[in-house]
Amino acid sequence: MAQQVSAKEPTAAQIAEHRLYEQMGVSDSEYDLICSFMGRKPNYTEIGVFSVMWSEHCAYKNSKPLLRRFPTSGPRVLMGPGEGAGIVDIGDNQAVVFKIESHNHPSAVEPFQGAATGVGGIIRDIFSMGARPVAILNSLRFGRLESDRVKYLFEHVVSGIAGYGNCIGIPTVGGEVVFDESYEGNPLVNAMCVGIIDHDKIQRGVAKGVGNPVFYVGPPTGRDGIHGATFASVELTEESEANRTAVQVGDPFMEKLVMESCLELINSGIVLGIQDMGAAGLTCSSAEMASKAGNGLELYLDQVPQREEGMTAYEMMLSESQERMLFVVEPKHEEQAREIFERWGVICAKVGKVTDDGRLKLLHHGEVVGDMPVHALVDECPVYNKPSAEPAYFAEQAAVDTTRYEEVKDLGGALKQIMGSPSLASKAWVYDQYDYMVRTSTAVRPGSDAAVVTVDGTRKALAMTTDCNGRYVYLDPETGGKIAVSEAARNIVCSGAEPLAITDNLNFGSPEKPEIFWQMERAVDGMAEACRVLNAPVIGGNVSLYNENAKGAIFPTPVVGMVGLIHDIDHITTQGFKAEGDHVYLLGETFAELGGSEFQSVMHGVSEGRPPVLDLNTEKKLLSGVLTAIQSGFVRSAHDVSEGGVAAALAESCISGGVGAVVQLDTELRNDVALFSESQSRIVLSVSPEHTSNLEQLLKEAGVPFAAIGRVGGSELNIRINGASAVQEPVEVLKAVWEDAIPCRMK
Amino acid sequence: MRFAVLVFPGSNCDIDCYKAVEQTVGEPVDYVWHTATDLSPYDAILVPGGFSYGDYLRCGAISRFAPVMNEVAKAAEQGKFILGICNGFQILTEAGLLPGALRRNESMKFRCHDSVLKVVNNDTPFTRHYEEGQEIVIPIAHGEGNYYCDEETLQKLRDNKQIVFTYSGNPNGSVGDIAGICNERGNVLGMMPHPERAVNSLLGSEDGKAMFTSIIQTWRDTHGAASVR
Repeated sequence: MAQQVSAKEPTAAQIAEHRLYEQMGVSDSEYDLICSFMGRKPNYTEIGVFSVMWSEHCAYKNSKPLLRRFPTSGPRVLMGPGEGAGIVDIGDNQAVVFKIESHNHPSAVEPFQGAATGVGGIIRDIFSMGARPVAILNSLRFGRLESDRVKYLFEHVVSGIAGYGNCIGIPTVGGEVVFDESYEGNPLVNAMCVGIIDHDKIQRGVAKGVGNPVFYVGPPTGRDGIHGATFASVELTEESEANRTAVQVGDPFMEKLVMESCLELINSGIVLGIQDMGAAGLTCSSAEMASKAGNGLELYLDQVPQREEGMTAYEMMLSESQERMLFVVEPKHEEQAREIFERWGVICAKVGKVTDDGRLKLLHHGEVVGDMPVHALVDECPVYNKPSAEPAYFAEQAAVDTTRYEEVKDLGGALKQIMGSPSLASKAWVYDQYDYMVRTSTAVRPGSDAAVVTVDGTRKALAMTTDCNGRYVYLDPETGGKIAVSEAARNIVCSGAEPLAITDNLNFGSPEKPEIFWQMERAVDGMAEACRVLNAPVIGGNVSLYNENAKGAIFPTPVVGMVGLIHDIDHITTQGFKAEGDHVYLLGETFAELGGSEFQSVMHGVSEGRPPVLDLNTEKKLLSGVLTAIQSGFVRSAHDVSEGGVAAALAESCISGGVGAVVQLDTELRNDVALFSESQSRIVLSVSPEHTSNLEQLLKEAGVPFAAIGRVGGSELNIRINGASAVQEPVEVLKAVWEDAIPCRMK
Repeated sequence: MRFAVLVFPGSNCDIDCYKAVEQTVGEPVDYVWHTATDLSPYDAILVPGGFSYGDYLRCGAISRFAPVMNEVAKAAEQGKFILGICNGFQILTEAGLLPGALRRNESMKFRCHDSVLKVVNNDTPFTRHYEEGQEIVIPIAHGEGNYYCDEETLQKLRDNKQIVFTYSGNPNGSVGDIAGICNERGNVLGMMPHPERAVNSLLGSEDGKAMFTSIIQTWRDTHGAASVR
């Protein structure tokens, strides 16, 4: 084989001698394995291709054994993990397609473009399945909103998301923003996209039919984002700033054109296989498409549209230039395909051919510059069962009594402090920068338990949310994992929807550390069990490891993105109280559980002890009872009790509804514990007077504990405990504290 | 009566406009590509919101050169109804069909939320189903909706009753709280808020419906007259 080597590129022998593969994240044993698959030493382009295909980001080499523990099938699941995104049936020949993905490391060094391209990438995953994207959500974590650096990251991540989503015209309808010291220097930026598709339009990324042409669509390839997948698979350090070139630059206008033209191509029915060029660009899309069809692929790199002159094979294969797609059609449909892209003004170039030899062959300047077995690239990356060890803190935390703090007597003051903590406060500063209404389907806007998007032409709607409390997961990963799934399901049910499935984004520290791997294992076990009990399989997701800063790993943060089906738009329910005189109910039981709570963090400056316990069977009964009550038309408002406890939940229902409430709690707990405990499996409902007996009957039959705690009305939130006044605050005051918290800090 | 919804590369409220016409007045409506050179079949032309050509240059500055814009100018001369919403408003000012310009919001940030508008002039083909002074809720979603014109132009707008909508609570710094204006003749209207997003109470407001019903009513009253001039 002729070796075309540019002046700068080391030879195969030099790579071996100086162990240059190490800089690309390939270990000695992996290098030896690659040599044995190749039957020779790989050249610079080839080792580059292997290194990205065998990165954690593409191969899940550290997380695969854990991902296998998730339930991934169910009666509604049409496509599970493995393709661009998972797909779930919603009836009437329609399906919902969704996935979440991280862009943490790019956003840490270049927040605007990092976040923007994160959104762009996840949108491509959705439309490459053939689906019309209908909504975007974002799950964001930053350090404490105090330093200039955190404010800078926060501001630019939000504007990056806004810049991309607003321009492409897909509403950004929800998500979460959490601030905690643990994410200082390593923010989390997880973007989720939801699409709708007809069953017969579902696409796969397969290079079908030997001899068929392979087309490249989208803007020319540049030298940006080279080794982005590798960059995502190492820890951030002082030198990460120098890796700014590993961050790509987004062009939402181009993506809009690529999206519309690709959807038109797909609707024409001529596509055999289509996949986006995401992580590891041309390398990953070509290798995976060939692998899924059991074929090979030849790429003619001279035909690849190029933004710069003199690009090498290595650069072209590893570039992560954005907004690019790869597809395969039969030769007889070439012209039809070209016409579509011409009309949209999008570049479409024939860059390859499907072959039968199972090899990824790269041709450049008339020479073969790379020749690799596809199966080795896609399937043979070693999978590591990393050592796991329980961290010392875990046993220590068991002994912490989370009620040992001196009793907080000024409960109204505490409530205001909690409502004004940036993690709990109104996120209007964020979502007012997002166009959450474009496409005119957003029935529940950002700020309620889940966002709701209607399905055009039907009476159905989709509820969607993202959830995870990293503090809980840190303190007890298994329980924290269960809570993440359960809370997502609670949010979905409170919106009137039946939970369908989840996509997960596993954000953890370095798996090389046994304590971190232990967190991963336990969290996945907790999530998997919750998914099984609550009938919400995992249909896809993303793993982001090596999230560490100078002080160590981030809180383990396995973000759950869940979608639910609202069978009739009449069932859509929001958190705000609706009418004076409605009865307020608290469902579930309250225990002395302050471990990892917002109260503990805000009032006592610590996160310690065990998180609240969660019994999945209790949760299941609650969810099924509340969903039935909503579908029966008994419920005016429903709100999950989570961070900030029942006090914050009541305050939020008052603020959203613009009305007060008078509530009486009977409890044996200390007042501050009763109000701010974050016991799980609790929901606040409001019900019109004529439906109270129906509701109570239903809850009794469903085995859901409940208490009628008061009435909606007035302009104050008035909470009495065991007959004595505990909180008496004008809703306007609570609202001001809650609304001003973030804008004041960002001025 | 037949509606056209123009589609530029990067338009993204085209579908919403189309749906709004279908849902409010049920008259025939077509998407018309930016390269079209004949708008003669249409009685009303909607220039939708979005980010035409990415709006990487001044908003609407490239779209005004699209072939279809010559036809829009002709249609305006013929007295047909032309409604530019958001990016559509920006395009109409760039094309010189409406005076003034849209600058970046004073906050320098994109803003999306419901806004309360006051109907200043209900004597236009687009607003006759509103009361004068009526307050309506119509959402905004823009980064560059800060309407600007010089003093002289502003006075002219006032004298000619060309200011159709103003904001109650100015969200972007527009002079005179201007949210929407029309040309002297009254058949071309541009506004930053999105009436097409306010035609269904499930989605928050129905206050935009009357704009579409006003257009059809005007057309029916003057049927023939408007299109043959």
